Amino acid sequence: MVIFKYKKFPMISDEVAYNGKVEGDVIVTKADAVINWIRSHSVWPMPMGLACCAIELMASAASRYDISRFGMEVMRFSPRQSDCMIVAGTVTYKMAEVVRRIYDQMGDPKWVVAMGACASTGGMYRSYAVMQGVDTIVPVDVYVSGCPPRPEALLDAMIKLQDKIGRESSLSNLRKTRGDRAG
Amino acid sequence: MATARADDMIDEEFSGALLEKHGFLSKRESIDCLTVDCPPDRLEELALSLRDEDGFDMLVDLSGIDHGEDAEPRFSSVAHFYSLVLRSYLRVHVACPDNEQPVIPSISGTFPAANWHEREAYDMFGVEFSGHPDLRRILMWDDYPYFPLRKEFPLAGIDTPLPADDVAEVTQASVEPAPMMGGPFVSAGEGPMSDSEPRALDESWTEESEKPQ
Repeated sequence: MVIFKYKKFPMISDEVAYNGKVEGDVIVTKADAVINWIRSHSVWPMPMGLACCAIELMASAASRYDISRFGMEVMRFSPRQSDCMIVAGTVTYKMAEVVRRIYDQMGDPKWVVAMGACASTGGMYRSYAVMQGVDTIVPVDVYVSGCPPRPEALLDAMIKLQDKIGRESSLSNLRKTRGDRAG
Repeated sequence: MATARADDMIDEEFSGALLEKHGFLSKRESIDCLTVDCPPDRLEELALSLRDEDGFDMLVDLSGIDHGEDAEPRFSSVAHFYSLVLRSYLRVHVACPDNEQPVIPSISGTFPAANWHEREAYDMFGVEFSGHPDLRRILMWDDYPYFPLRKEFPLAGIDTPLPADDVAEVTQASVEPAPMMGGPFVSAGEGPMSDSEPRALDESWTEESEKPQ
């Protein structure tokens, strides 16, 4: 009997030799594996739609590409309720302040995807008004190429982000945060 | 007029009558619609008359022009009016008398549509519109120290602090000149999409290899 057959997430399938008949309803695993599995399968994106990339972002959420297959369909326009900011479009210097403030308002843990050429590097806008890459003001986890990227490219980036979340040391990070708060 | 269209209902007679009515206007060469020069101190009067008496009831566009650092006059403003009755455009040029402190009267009292256009012209060229109800920057942030579409302003931009002090402090970021890498990046504007996508005009130089002098 195989419950976790997804090779994408080796922390589950490799570390748990689960046999329901022998072990009953108990799974032995690492806390990191469970936390990361939960987190990576319920990424709530904050759609930071700033330009045409946002149209492709909407297409990714619609039925043909259906981002909900990966548990990411809950796009929240409130930063308090989301944990992955998808910066989709051109970040102007005037907007940079807003992007950073929204990032600051998101609760931990949080991730950032720079979607498209503009968010990654400024793209074709080598101009006085455009920030040359959103990584100037927020830490970016995944960059997506394209102008704009197709929905497949965004989905690929989000799956890569799931991989990245899967490799995090979540438990020690949590302990560290609690220690920081206590101390 | 070189390209008079069939539905162009402004004929020589009408433009002659308009110029005669407003003696301060002077006609200007133009390949499309009727174009006139207007002295700045008569602009408000002209706008009111165009709207209420001459049938030009719609302001389509208003922008600024920098004719170059040595030009005289350096700055001017161009407004396009459209007449729904005559089905025709009228272009009005207004030159700023002063190159250092360019000021033009605002027509936003007569044509509310001019409000944001005048703010944009002020933002980009530093042309002030006297009598404007709320002349603030509209595209750049309030404290931005330059007028970016003036001829002496480099396309890449000039080092400037970020608009928000606290964000600048946390991120250590500032407004930096953009790397040009053979740019500006422009579209050829014609041909198949594979050829007309925006690309560097001069691909002979990059960040690594200096621009040939």
